[in-house]
Amino acid sequence: MTTSVRDLQERSFGATLRRDAWWIAPALTALVLGGFGVYATWAAWVNRFYEWGPYLSPFYSPLIQTTWWPLSPAFLILIFPGAFRVTCYYYRKAYYRAFFLDPVACAVGEPRHGYKGESKFPFILQNLHRYAMYAAVVFIFILSYDVFLATRWPVNGVLSDGTMAAGPREFGVGIGTLVMAVNVILLSCYTFGCHSLRHLIGGNVDCFSCVRGGRARFETWRGVSALNRHHMLFAWCSLFSVALTDVYIRLCAMGVIHDVRLF
Amino acid sequence: MTLFRVFRGTRDGGGLHDYQVAATEGMVVLDAVHAIQAEQAPDLAVRWNCKAGKCGSCSAEINGKPKLMCMTRMSDYAPDETITVTPMRAFPVIKDLVTDVSWNYEVNRRIPEFKPRKPDAADGTWRMYQFEVERPQEFRKCIECFLCQDVCHVLRTHEKHEQFMGPAMLVRAAVYEMHPLDEADRRDYLRHEGGIGFCNITKCCTEVCPESITITDNAIIPLKERVVDANYDPLAALWRKVTGKAP
Repeated sequence: MTTSVRDLQERSFGATLRRDAWWIAPALTALVLGGFGVYATWAAWVNRFYEWGPYLSPFYSPLIQTTWWPLSPAFLILIFPGAFRVTCYYYRKAYYRAFFLDPVACAVGEPRHGYKGESKFPFILQNLHRYAMYAAVVFIFILSYDVFLATRWPVNGVLSDGTMAAGPREFGVGIGTLVMAVNVILLSCYTFGCHSLRHLIGGNVDCFSCVRGGRARFETWRGVSALNRHHMLFAWCSLFSVALTDVYIRLCAMGVIHDVRLF
Repeated sequence: MTLFRVFRGTRDGGGLHDYQVAATEGMVVLDAVHAIQAEQAPDLAVRWNCKAGKCGSCSAEINGKPKLMCMTRMSDYAPDETITVTPMRAFPVIKDLVTDVSWNYEVNRRIPEFKPRKPDAADGTWRMYQFEVERPQEFRKCIECFLCQDVCHVLRTHEKHEQFMGPAMLVRAAVYEMHPLDEADRRDYLRHEGGIGFCNITKCCTEVCPESITITDNAIIPLKERVVDANYDPLAALWRKVTGKAP
């Protein structure tokens, strides 16, 4: 049979000469990212069980109590870290492959024609990633403060409804404190390995010896680059840690599990 | 014996032809193609040179994946597995496994050239440090195999050769753009003629690079960020307007 080389290769969605299980990675990505999206939306929507004792869920931090916003305050909060992840260079790869199938895997046929990439609306807005990063850095400080607050336990204990008894506070650490701390560490590794931060911190400099503080900028850039090399790992780990922190505090607040005070 | 299915034909048409090859220890796919050429199909066209993964000549697609034939071991495949070898899809076929990659060199010529600053010393020489030149040195490992161009879906599937320079040429631009002595500003070129906005960061180029150049993270994304500096950052634009200097 006579055919062109292009006809031998991918001309339609999913067509390829590849024989490996190329579909597993995008399918898993779609499953996990989609699952997180559904859980985060539900957890934000219910507007209950987000704090127990000195613990506060990252979905509801900082704690906003307002009357002008008709929905759960979590939506006001999640828009910022959500924007950071949606415009993140790693997640772009993940969801362009898993959801937009653009391409679903390397050297595999795509379902659509008329590709514009990130040169036109809406994906041209990905270029604003650095602004989402600024907000994400602020959230690292907010969540770090939450970890500090999670070490301030009421001397008179936590009441049965999960609120803290009135009176003085003392230093203490529970399992939840550690869960929140690990979450902040993973989020920090993800946020401070951001490609945009890497650029702004020193990636935009060509001649480090020509600028003021060049050596310091280079060393900082190198530190951010070290985190950046594992950006995918931290992107996933921090995604799981955020969800698991919320799940832990939620289960404590619902009375399903009991937090253990370590000291 | 291993069954090989090799594309035979020109840009006007062709098809996969079957060949049986006796696989021996240490054999790479290029050896098998040479065996076919020597014993069964003397007119089989294949481009090769160093057989050491350094000249970038023997690029092809093996079981649908862009690879160097000389660096792909037969032992990577099951003994009874059929091995399909086709030419790079992103470029026009000349004959059999040989493609016309001259488009890459035309794009390369259009990249704004290296423009060093004035010499640092009276004798016309410059001073720079190893730590600041290491970044562009990574890109100098490029052997111009063009596998990254081949796997890039913007070129491969959407055929945007007129609008997008491709990852290999973005790496080439990064060599100059990030050099400590260079003073040229390529951001406008990258945005418009280079079409950097077409890249959607799917990292296939990085996955296939035989030199393990971190194409996406170290070349393309930093260039995208430089284009953002010049075109999409409202605060940077305001700063430039007020101070007359880049932030």
